[in-house]
Amino acid sequence: MTSTTLRPPAVQPPASRPGIRHRAEKLWTASPLTWFGLVLGVILSLFPFYWMIVIASRTSDAANSWPPPFLPGGKLGENIQRVLDNGDANIVKGLLNSFLVSGTITVATVFFGSLAGFAFAKLRFRGKNALLLIILASMMIPIQLGVLPLYILMAKLEWLNTMPSVTVPFLIGGFGIFMMRQYAEQAVPNELIEAARVDGCSTWRVYWHVVVPALRPAAAVLGLLTFMEQWNQFFWPFVVLADPANPTVQISLRSLNTAYFADNSQIFAGTLIATLPLFIVFVLFGRQIIGGIMEGAVKS
Amino acid sequence: MSSLKTPAPPGASDRRSRPAPRHSPARRRQLNRLDLRFTPYVFVLPFFVLFAIFGVYPIVYTFWIAMTDRSPMNATISFVGLDNFVELFTNDPQFWNAVVNTFGMFALSTIPQLIIALLLANALNRRIRGQMFFRLAIAMPIITSTAVVALIFSMIYAREFGLMNWLLDLVGVGPIDWRANRFASWFAIATMVDWRWVGYNALIYLAAMQSINKDVYEAAALDGASQRRQFWSITIPQLRPTIIFTLIISTIGGLQLFTEPLMFTSGSGALSGGTEGQFQTITMYLLDVMNQRFRWGYAGAVALVLFLLIASVSFINYLLARRISSDK
Repeated sequence: MTSTTLRPPAVQPPASRPGIRHRAEKLWTASPLTWFGLVLGVILSLFPFYWMIVIASRTSDAANSWPPPFLPGGKLGENIQRVLDNGDANIVKGLLNSFLVSGTITVATVFFGSLAGFAFAKLRFRGKNALLLIILASMMIPIQLGVLPLYILMAKLEWLNTMPSVTVPFLIGGFGIFMMRQYAEQAVPNELIEAARVDGCSTWRVYWHVVVPALRPAAAVLGLLTFMEQWNQFFWPFVVLADPANPTVQISLRSLNTAYFADNSQIFAGTLIATLPLFIVFVLFGRQIIGGIMEGAVKS
Repeated sequence: MSSLKTPAPPGASDRRSRPAPRHSPARRRQLNRLDLRFTPYVFVLPFFVLFAIFGVYPIVYTFWIAMTDRSPMNATISFVGLDNFVELFTNDPQFWNAVVNTFGMFALSTIPQLIIALLLANALNRRIRGQMFFRLAIAMPIITSTAVVALIFSMIYAREFGLMNWLLDLVGVGPIDWRANRFASWFAIATMVDWRWVGYNALIYLAAMQSINKDVYEAAALDGASQRRQFWSITIPQLRPTIIFTLIISTIGGLQLFTEPLMFTSGSGALSGGTEGQFQTITMYLLDVMNQRFRWGYAGAVALVLFLLIASVSFINYLLARRISSDK
């Protein structure tokens, strides 16, 4: 966008050729078909959220009726209460555990990610490129490959059915380091680092006083994306948190669904509870999240 | 920040953190050298410690386990060489069933997913009112967990009182038992995957589209190229690296498919993926072997083959995507 303003005026189409200008502008206007596609896309992506509220606010009889209900009912509070009271699902415990786990991982990822990202972007050390390559490779390996020994390891550490099993292995991942490195490269001016060095700052002090303030916007986005990702984890918690007494919120949902008689309005109230924290995050920081995804895409 | 601006003269106005008499200039130079040399390693250390313990070690161990008959049931572990792999390849129809299912659902979800995402991104790239609203709305599914998506869609695809069957009924098609029929179950699961990921991929494509120089389009328009022609001859080739990126990401995700098919059935036998395993994926089979049949050595072999499949399909995708756009 900014490049157009920087262009010398001579390149811009002269006023004497309105036809060309018109055609170039027309290129970027949306046709009726485009509008139709976009509106359809929006409806399809929002409808399941709406329907979640519809079913969560109905009695379970109404949820199983023909034709299916399309308008919300008045039982939302009641259904939520029933989920919270459901002893099999332990959803309150699940919520607390999820906050604890996702919060810890988020803080750790932002901290370790900014440290390592700074090191890879701005510091010189032997073997830097090789180490960076290892990090990149680590992002391509699916967790399934090592799931069995990892499980055995957790058993030996006596972490099965406890929160460290779903927290400690994920405290820092390759993505966080890469994102911070990309950002640090352009956001931390070399001059400022050198000036701080001349003033006698240690590397740690440079990090704390120069790098941390500069990385704040990227840290916010990384924090949001990490929290979302961790909150939504299912596969690994499913493997190591087999005991339903101490679940994360996603595992609680699983327990709601495995009940002998699946009560849909209760299940949907549960999905609503599990999605609500992220919904709030999205309403508050949606722009930053989208910006972060788009930013990450261009650079990778 | 403020501390940086004070040009600390050695010793003179120093605060308690650096008392003058403790470090002679020579000693400080030495400390400084150590700092420059080793601190970077300290900064990157946390990742490598965690990766060594929870990444590399389990993977190496998987290679070993896959050549044993280890199981919590067996008192002694014996080395069986490649027996597990031989059995997997020659005498395990259930595994191959899982492979076929996984690839079927992978193809059924990934191809439409990326095409729809491209079209949506192209639409979002136009000059439209309320751009931010459209982006937010289309990205919204990424906030839901796969578990939530699976639960919502399970009800949409319910045999009785299901939304999808109601829609089919409106257009005069009889109800479908989405879990009983193999292709129907694949289709249902593929739509769950797509609903969650189309918006995400569209944003990635949109970002890449916006970094294409607009002059190219203007020149093409002057030469009389239609919008469709521009899309095929400019946008798609320029997006090549991004398309490869999304293909690889979708491959890694798609071949690990697990939560959607697992949650598609309620009840305890969910790992078997339907009455006849019609939607059991490789990962479900892996956990089935590991935690229901306790054949740990065999599970190790399954995990390794799964990884090989992911790696080779990613590589084929990469080659294909390179070819397709370099032909243009």
